[in-house]
Amino acid sequence: MANTAESTGAAMEISDEVAIQINGMHKWYGDFHVLKDINLTVHRGERIVVCGPSGSGKSTMIRCINRLEEHQRGSIVVDDIELTNDLKNIDAVRMEVGMVFQHFNLFPHLTVLENCTLAPIWVRKVPKKEAIESAMTYLERVKIPEQAHKYPGQLSGGQQQRVAIARSLCMNPRIMLFDEPTSALDPEMISEVLDTMIDLAQSGMTMICVTHEMGFARKVANRVIFMDGGEIIEQNEPEAFFNNPQNERTKLFLSQILNH
Amino acid sequence: MTDISYVKTERHESLPPPKSEVGIIHWLRSNLFSTWYNSIGTVAVLYLFYLVVPPLVDWALISPVWDAQSNQDCRFEGAGACWGFIGARINLFFYGFYDMENYWRPTLVGLMLLFLAIPILFEQVPRKVASGGFALFALFWAIWAIGGIGTVASLNLAVAAGVFLFLAAVAIASYLKAPRSACAIAVVAAFPWLSVSLLYGPLNVESLQSGFGIAIYAILLIGGGALGLWSRQRRDALGTMVGFLLAYAALVIIYMSWGMDLTVQPTNTFGGLMLTLVLSVVAIGVSLPLGIVLALGRRAHTMPAVQMLCIGFIELVRAVPLITILFMAQFMLPLFLPEGVNFDNVVRALVGVSMFASAYMAEVVRGGLQAIPKGQFEAADSLGLNFFLKMRLIILPQALKIVIPGIVSTFIGLFKDTSLVSIIGLMDLLLIAKSSVTDSKWLGLEHEAYFFIALIYFVFCFGMSRYSIYLERKLHTGHKR
Repeated sequence: MANTAESTGAAMEISDEVAIQINGMHKWYGDFHVLKDINLTVHRGERIVVCGPSGSGKSTMIRCINRLEEHQRGSIVVDDIELTNDLKNIDAVRMEVGMVFQHFNLFPHLTVLENCTLAPIWVRKVPKKEAIESAMTYLERVKIPEQAHKYPGQLSGGQQQRVAIARSLCMNPRIMLFDEPTSALDPEMISEVLDTMIDLAQSGMTMICVTHEMGFARKVANRVIFMDGGEIIEQNEPEAFFNNPQNERTKLFLSQILNH
Repeated sequence: MTDISYVKTERHESLPPPKSEVGIIHWLRSNLFSTWYNSIGTVAVLYLFYLVVPPLVDWALISPVWDAQSNQDCRFEGAGACWGFIGARINLFFYGFYDMENYWRPTLVGLMLLFLAIPILFEQVPRKVASGGFALFALFWAIWAIGGIGTVASLNLAVAAGVFLFLAAVAIASYLKAPRSACAIAVVAAFPWLSVSLLYGPLNVESLQSGFGIAIYAILLIGGGALGLWSRQRRDALGTMVGFLLAYAALVIIYMSWGMDLTVQPTNTFGGLMLTLVLSVVAIGVSLPLGIVLALGRRAHTMPAVQMLCIGFIELVRAVPLITILFMAQFMLPLFLPEGVNFDNVVRALVGVSMFASAYMAEVVRGGLQAIPKGQFEAADSLGLNFFLKMRLIILPQALKIVIPGIVSTFIGLFKDTSLVSIIGLMDLLLIAKSSVTDSKWLGLEHEAYFFIALIYFVFCFGMSRYSIYLERKLHTGHKR
């Protein structure tokens, strides 16, 4: 199936090395059981799109991967480091896992360049000059080097999101998580962010994206995961997933988002 | 059927606004005479000004008595304010009962504070100007002190050398582009002890009076320094900190007991503006950092014990009037202290005022912390910043910026609240004014005395208020283009 598909996604190289291993993971908010028995293995170089109705736990799941949320049962191993209460492990994982948020979450009191160099300088202890150089290369890669000395408040939403991507990349992460990166953007600006993400995918980055951009999923993803009610309901290669969904809930969801 | 299709073929150019929207006339119209009741209000206020301002100007500036030996000189027909009284008592207002030949000591501390504060408070002051001004000040001071010009012939050469070296070091460091934070740390680490030694003199440290005690301090000093250096080489952060802190503490105690060999100036001679400034500068300096720590502690949900402690302190202190705290520090503290340990009155007031201000500051800072969106915490976490880096680099700069008006309000309130120490017998500015008009030579001059100290309070408080506006503008990054 994958070989016949036109998608660039399936054509790109995926190694056998395991990047993220989630086994029997459960999470509760108080009494509410948000995530139920999540099992997921992500290989290095995979590009996974997670979709599902709101409240299905997709954001919560990827936020567990860098411990923005704590899980209560099961295990999550990222880059051979198990996420436990050990702060050292958590910091080690966070250094390797970049995250892009729906609302960008840039630091408004710092310039674009300072946003990008802050973590390398203070966390990775990169000399300031080197950090600036590498930040400028990443800003060029997301095509906004000329905005480096502005403040986030002066940029458009699309530009801010690209800065947020550059900021994560400056830490040289091995895995990138995207939590609905285009949901807060005006329609005009979605494509500039998606182009950046496609570019990133083509460079071989391991990516997990929570998104409803199905065009992006078809083009880039090698696997699409559908979640509902805190469970992984279905996963497949994009062509098979969109053209031939198996579960009733998946069919309903796809019919709702594709035919409006 | 009407044709609904329409295509714009060219762009409309931007035109200047109509005359009625700009200029002075527009401003007067829209602000002072926009409606009939607004016009009446404007006229009424102008009439009130006419009634109040000319007599006040006449009293204060046009017909006052500038030179007077006693209140008799001011008692004639048409006499305005008796400023001669303020002139004759100005030293009392500024220094309280401090020995006259030691006036240079508080003056020096004040000037040092001013020179140290300017480059830290105003980022635009270029380094060269700041450090140059500093070096000049140090040089003048050294010449004046060593030369023994005027009344300071008894001045110890060591004082001059010590202060000169400190000032010169800060000047050189800031000239050599040492990071601003390094200069600030140097100032914070040295200025308080330097000031205590200058204002008060040597402390009586009992443990330093035996050979055994001296040996222990020497061991602490040298051992701490060695431990610090050794740990630093091994990149052991904890060891470095503990080592250097030990050495620093030992150094401070040794230094304070020497006190630059000045004569002791008992704190019951502190008074007037000087005491007010000592109280408020210390309380401001203590309450901001302590308030931040308390605010963070109050939000530390993962450490219930710390949280309870912080909540307890804040709520307890806020629920009690400052006067009560001062009385308690005065009369109840001795009950809890072991026999023979005795705190100075001024120190007690300092502790009370600082504690009180910290509790309020903690709540102000907490307000700022609460205004920071959760996303900022998450973004910092996701980049791998640990708790201290996250707070220092991301959260606190934003939170403190939001609450600058609240912080400065607290400072202003605190500055004025220091006048309450008069009820435990400290001669602050207010009590000095109150008692100076009971002098039989100057009876009946309440107006002048209170007007004068009101002016002093106003200058300081208004200055703080303006500074807060300046800071807000400087830190505003949202829409700057």
